[in-house]
Amino acid sequence: MASEFILEMNHITKLYGSNAVLKDVSLKIRPGEIHALLGENGAGKSTLMNVLFGMPVIHSTGGFEGEVIFDGQKIAIASPMDAMEKGIGMVHQEFMLIPGFSVTDNIKLNREITKAWPVSKLLGKDLEFLDTKTMAKDARKALDDVGMSIEEYTLVSGLPVGHMQFIEIAREIDKSGMKLLVFDEPTAVLTESEAQQLLDVMKSIAAKGIAIIFITHRLDEVMNAADSVTILRDGQLVSSFPKAETSPEKLAALMIGRGSESVIQVEKRKEAVEGGVAMSIRDLWVNMPGEVDKGISLDVREGEILGIGGLAGQGKIGIPNGVMGLYEAIGEVELFGQKLPLGDAGAALRAGLAMVSEDRRGVGLLLDQSIENNIAFTAMQVKGSFMKKLLWQKDARAIRRYAEEMIKELDIRCTSPAQPVGTLSGGNQQKVCVARALALDPKFLFVSEPTRGIDIGAKQLVLETLVRLNREKGMTIVMVSSELQELRSICDRIAIVAEGKVVDILKVDASDTAFGLAMSGVKSKEGEGA
Amino acid sequence: MRNTNQVKSHLEKYIVTYLFIALSVLFIIASGLDINYVASQLLLRLNRNAFIVLALIIPIIAGMGINFAITIGAMAAQIGLLLTINWGVSGVPGILLAAAITLPLGAFFGFLIGKLLNKMKGQETIGSLILGYFANGAYQLLFLFIFGSIIPLNSNVTIVGASGVQNTLNLTGSVGLYTAVDGIAHISLLLAVYIFCGALALAAVIQFVRKKITQKRLLACIALAVVIAGVFCIPAVADVVNGSHGRELKLPLVTWLLILLLCLFNATIMRTRLGQKFRAVGQSQTVANASGINVDRTRVIAIMISTVVAGWGQIVFMQSEGIGTFQTYAAHEQVGLYAGAAILVGGASIDRATNLQALVGTFLFHSLFITAQSAASAMFGNSAVGEYFRAFLSYGVIAVALIMYAWRSAKQKKAGQMNLAEQRAAKS
Repeated sequence: MASEFILEMNHITKLYGSNAVLKDVSLKIRPGEIHALLGENGAGKSTLMNVLFGMPVIHSTGGFEGEVIFDGQKIAIASPMDAMEKGIGMVHQEFMLIPGFSVTDNIKLNREITKAWPVSKLLGKDLEFLDTKTMAKDARKALDDVGMSIEEYTLVSGLPVGHMQFIEIAREIDKSGMKLLVFDEPTAVLTESEAQQLLDVMKSIAAKGIAIIFITHRLDEVMNAADSVTILRDGQLVSSFPKAETSPEKLAALMIGRGSESVIQVEKRKEAVEGGVAMSIRDLWVNMPGEVDKGISLDVREGEILGIGGLAGQGKIGIPNGVMGLYEAIGEVELFGQKLPLGDAGAALRAGLAMVSEDRRGVGLLLDQSIENNIAFTAMQVKGSFMKKLLWQKDARAIRRYAEEMIKELDIRCTSPAQPVGTLSGGNQQKVCVARALALDPKFLFVSEPTRGIDIGAKQLVLETLVRLNREKGMTIVMVSSELQELRSICDRIAIVAEGKVVDILKVDASDTAFGLAMSGVKSKEGEGA
Repeated sequence: MRNTNQVKSHLEKYIVTYLFIALSVLFIIASGLDINYVASQLLLRLNRNAFIVLALIIPIIAGMGINFAITIGAMAAQIGLLLTINWGVSGVPGILLAAAITLPLGAFFGFLIGKLLNKMKGQETIGSLILGYFANGAYQLLFLFIFGSIIPLNSNVTIVGASGVQNTLNLTGSVGLYTAVDGIAHISLLLAVYIFCGALALAAVIQFVRKKITQKRLLACIALAVVIAGVFCIPAVADVVNGSHGRELKLPLVTWLLILLLCLFNATIMRTRLGQKFRAVGQSQTVANASGINVDRTRVIAIMISTVVAGWGQIVFMQSEGIGTFQTYAAHEQVGLYAGAAILVGGASIDRATNLQALVGTFLFHSLFITAQSAASAMFGNSAVGEYFRAFLSYGVIAVALIMYAWRSAKQKKAGQMNLAEQRAAKS
């Protein structure tokens, strides 16, 4: 039975424990159409694709509800291999290529064309010889189809990054019976002209009748290439419509959406902060894997809470890590008029900076150590606090006193200051991280993803603490967060980072459209500009 | 610019090999040994060891590093030899029986080793080394207690008045396993070289006619054949080989055919689907897995092949000329170490290896081994120094190879990410 849609995913619901990450989501794709799938991080795009590919993570967490109809038949996809055999392919965001193999070998990986000989007839197909000639011919054809003129026998290791994306695509279209291809952020690493070429290739693949799911955050590419659009937000289907009925502004607004109420109610400042510049960042490049920055320029005003937002992997987390010297960075950073050396965490701490890291368990805490030692550790090392004058002994009593004060003030739920932090809940661990940063008595505080993975009560407390520190002690705070709603509730201004650059700096009450556009790299009229 | 870079990277890759060539020449001169003697000893050791060293290649290509657990393959072979001696099977049938026993034993041990190494990915080299030591304990239990008391053995192989296998097992005399393979037929080295050169040239011509290779390659092959043959025509060289004063150098024909067969096997398997899997898994387990290759299974197969082949290599070693007896409880101990060192000397590394590297490495490593003692006594007046030097050499080579590997992969990782300053320059 021929059906109108090549793929129908109907009423998909997926729970992780009691937490629903997909709620009654439906997706319908026609043969030969390019269907853009949009949404913020955590909107459920990846989970939906994991369901489609039958990833082990879905099966091992209790499967999903809903039905998948592919090519007119209701199917259950057991594994990614199964999906591939049924004709569903994926062009990965990270390259799944073997550098030491030739282009042909990569395109034909584990689908080699082979010739039998007596030994292989006896001992199995694994011992059949590779038919390199036919393989090369097939690879050549696939490369021509994606418009690549490179020789099929060159090694992948020497090729520019842009070419690798096309080889990935060539590999997928070389597979026979391919009916649906998923492109996951395919243009992220490409130059502008390569991106254009890729969109053209997508269109020519679609013209052959292969349907394409196009995951991206670049709205201009959606407008350029897609036939229809589906938008997810917080695991729910927001909207699904043909492209002709929309505009980038509308897409941006739908992606962001007025979420739930503010996380906490904070009395807004009457007037904007007009202090001097606390930190000036000029052309900062940070080499943090997955969060690369390519020329950040930003001024932080004294006494404000500046939010830094943006989608995951766009480089917002790279900023605090680069300035604090945790990852390789170049550029100019001045703190209160003093030049800050980069790549030296000790110097950054001594200059009066402190940071609550997004990697709580990795960078933030010594998990086997007690709460009090964790709180005092950095201050002891950097400033020599909590030390006796005589023989450089640590002053256990002073540490205990300070720790108890902090436990009370931040409401750290624990049995005693001597409890190992590894046994605390995520929210309480985060509070210990904050306490540790405060023990340095910093003038300037970076907080990176402070509410990631902690419950709502702890979230409120952490955010309230930040506001109090800012209002009472006049501490300048830069908060990096993926949760726009959170930034909107406590910040004075919000800088949005996309593709390693500050796109725009927006007021907290700027429109959803402005935020949505900024996240996909487009500056709007409402912002003060970057 | 490009050329100097190429030379530099070539030197970086083969620094250990060149160092060994230099040392070998120095040692041969310093030892004052007769060149004919050195050559005949060297040939002997090549016969014995090449097979085992070649067993290391597949695991290296499959990304599992140097499989020091071939020691366990050697143990399997020794079980096979013990049973063969016990049952009194001699000659070629005896060797075939021992090899037949080694096959299932080695495959089973290899399977277990592979399973275990899959649990310690990234540390296979060290893991297999420790595994070899561990297995030694089990081996002793088997040979000292289980054989003789639980599995009955003839009195000619057990310790007199107690259970357990004798400390030394004899392959000579009525046992009839000594040189059972080596002794079948001999061919003079000179003839072997001429045949090899002729075959090389012929193969090149055939491949050229079938348009498999370029003209440049054809000429290079023919030139190589002519040069090699030419070198052996030089009277000084020919004298050494003929044994005008000394022994004539001869190759045990069947042993060398077996070695060539193994080289062919290693090369052939790489052209099959399985070989492609080995290479893919060796280069990137993530990518291999994403393309649906069963990574763990592929790795287990690599180790199984290696273990069985190493076992057969140990049989070749045991029967070879000049051995005759083996230390029941110690003969396998250094197998992994020496073979690992040899292949590294040949220019292989933790992640790449070829037949040629294995053969060249065996040649160089043993040329130092033969001359170390005499060279040491000539230079320091103390032959014991040479003994220390051997141990230093084998462990040293492995340590250097491991460090070079770590250093190179760190460098590669760095080269992969473009320098920040370069990126910035590229943008503006």
